[in-house]
Amino acid sequence: MKKTKTMLAALAVGLLTSTAAMAGDVRIMWYSDGVEGEVLKDLLDRFMKENPGINVILDNVSYSVVKEQLPVQLEAGNGPDIARVTNLKAQSQHWLDLRPLVADAAYWDENFGGQADWMRPDGSNQISGFMTQITIAGGFANKTLFDQAGVAIPGKDATWDDWAKAAKQVAENQQVPFPMALDRSGHRLSGPNLAYGGNYISADGKPAPLDEGSKNFLKTFVGWVADGTMSKDVWVSAAGSTYRAAADDFINGQLVYYYSGSWQVPNFSTKIGTNFDWVATGSPCGPANCTGMTGGAGLVAVKYTKNPNEVAKVMDYLASEPIVKEFSERTLFLPAHKGVLAKALDFKTDDAQAKAALNAFVEASKTLSDEARKLPGWLWSDAVYGALVTRVSQAAAGEMTVDEAFARIDSDIATKVKDTGN
Amino acid sequence: MKADVPKGTGSSLGEAAMAPVRLAMAAIDAPLRWVQRRLGIGGMATFFLLPNMLIFGVFVLLPFFINFAYSMTGGTALFLPDRSFVGGEQYARLFDCANYTDPNSCAEDTFWTAVGNTAWFVLLQVSLMILFSLITALILNRELMARSFWRAVFFFPVLLSPVVVGLIWKWILQRQGLLNFGLYGLGFDPYTWLNDRNWSFAATVGVSIWAHMGFYTLILLAGLQAIPKDLYEAAEMDGTRPARAFWRITLPLLMPNLLVVIVLVLIRAVQIFDEVYVLTGGGPGTSTLYITQYIYETGFATQLRNPGLAAAASILMGAVLVVLTLVQLGLGRKGEKKGARK
Repeated sequence: MKKTKTMLAALAVGLLTSTAAMAGDVRIMWYSDGVEGEVLKDLLDRFMKENPGINVILDNVSYSVVKEQLPVQLEAGNGPDIARVTNLKAQSQHWLDLRPLVADAAYWDENFGGQADWMRPDGSNQISGFMTQITIAGGFANKTLFDQAGVAIPGKDATWDDWAKAAKQVAENQQVPFPMALDRSGHRLSGPNLAYGGNYISADGKPAPLDEGSKNFLKTFVGWVADGTMSKDVWVSAAGSTYRAAADDFINGQLVYYYSGSWQVPNFSTKIGTNFDWVATGSPCGPANCTGMTGGAGLVAVKYTKNPNEVAKVMDYLASEPIVKEFSERTLFLPAHKGVLAKALDFKTDDAQAKAALNAFVEASKTLSDEARKLPGWLWSDAVYGALVTRVSQAAAGEMTVDEAFARIDSDIATKVKDTGN
Repeated sequence: MKADVPKGTGSSLGEAAMAPVRLAMAAIDAPLRWVQRRLGIGGMATFFLLPNMLIFGVFVLLPFFINFAYSMTGGTALFLPDRSFVGGEQYARLFDCANYTDPNSCAEDTFWTAVGNTAWFVLLQVSLMILFSLITALILNRELMARSFWRAVFFFPVLLSPVVVGLIWKWILQRQGLLNFGLYGLGFDPYTWLNDRNWSFAATVGVSIWAHMGFYTLILLAGLQAIPKDLYEAAEMDGTRPARAFWRITLPLLMPNLLVVIVLVLIRAVQIFDEVYVLTGGGPGTSTLYITQYIYETGFATQLRNPGLAAAASILMGAVLVVLTLVQLGLGRKGEKKGARK
């Protein structure tokens, strides 16, 4: 009997430990665009050696898990202790306030204050986490294809039309299937929308109906998909707001011009290697300006953690200046840390193309419009992005006219706002 | 008749292997006898059904009622207590349509697009699945060379995960896929099958048939093998042509199996999701967006999710499935009675 009781107790303990977080455990949900998962693992191994009482578990997941499954976990009051997230503002009610827990809140304010509002509820001074990287949307050109076609790469002030014309010429000359591609993402569409004079935010801070600026670019864009200038594969390949990138087409040399962002630099550096020459070109200009979109991924603490003190220690470590510097240099990401940005960064790559691309994106950050800087911290960004992707892809697939798509975008956004009770 | 048990090592090994079973039987015999004394013979049926009913209640009935409660609430919150009661508003939103055959005239146009797509899919997939499964079962029921091998070939796709099925066919059908590689080799221009609305739709129908046909073939094959051979011999002696034997003997006697297959195929077709989600993602546009994907995206995948609307759509889908199943079962019983009268 005693033996049975002991065995049952052992079984109960086993079950409990397998489902609940152990004291000292810190679980991180992380996605990678390039090598950053490996770099982070290395940094965390060092942390655990220095802090033997804290066990950091790194869960590498796909971006779609972070986008689609994490929100459900958070709504249910679960989830990891720390997560790498792009949809920061809309989920800010789930982030832990690290202000009373971190070693030096003033250090966080000083170095990450510029983006702190992107990840905290409106009106609060909460420290939710920090940006692991700042991203700038922008274009990449396959230089080898341009050279072989004898077409000059459009210059700094080239417009979207200039790029479309040049890319089409190159694709025809080089028998490449796609002249241009833009990721299936509302964030990516928003850069050119703003460059064409679009404005999403109304005077009361809620979403404004689509204006002429956005409509003008979206009409042009749908026309490009229809005539084959823009890759149809990316935009019609799914329903709803599912994310699709065209990075693989660019890496495989099937694409002349790719509008994506700075986070692709390490990916291209690793996968393209010396196969062909490529350059980052910033954002093309529209009638209003030459802006792209800014954004990035933030590492945030989740308020449902059972181990807030350990979480704060891990966050303090990862946000420390030498670690941010090393992480940025090894991952080829643009850092958000003010102190690190003020000093020179020595990106760890022999790839001159990658270094030049990073500099091009730093340069492109100077042409960001005020609206582009506001959107990452705006509560309704994702509602607008989702509606844009869903309806523009339907128009691109020929299911509805662009005017019908515009009407649907406005009504979809209005319904989302109503659904949230605002 | 008592089977001869060979004596020797085999028998003693068998007995040794059975010893734990006998021990277990003896261990549960006493408590079962006690239960039987308390409940009586009639109560034993309930006793044995109870665990199953409990599982059914917890994992099917309870979620159904919770889902129904969700469909009566609004907002983006996940927990039921945090959600506001809106009555039938979500259903009204789904049915807010000027013309049900034109999704663009509906407030929830994607829902009606998904309903239309699913209806077409069910119509085509169910009829083709039954047809191909039946033909395959009839062929495999004949004296073929390497019959077991062919049965395994048709059954093999059933063992694959739907995600694997979706990926395999994506590799075949995509722009730089196997099919275009073959076509290019034969001198034809490659074609973007998955960007074409009609081809994508056809691909989802074809792939789902390919993936699941083996299972239904197996059920029909079992039914065919249960038909007494002497019926065919008698028909042959009477000079009945094979086609007439099929319509007069095979099909009527196969009807119970066929009915099971029709119900299963229909339910599975209405619920189609995983392999299509991987293969086409619902595209191009919304041409392969089926109702389960609509529910998934509305409830989980879009920014600012709407679990209430997703729940309402799933309740409607469940209601349609129940009606279709009842109609089929009714027709089946009617057919059986008609057969019995003859």
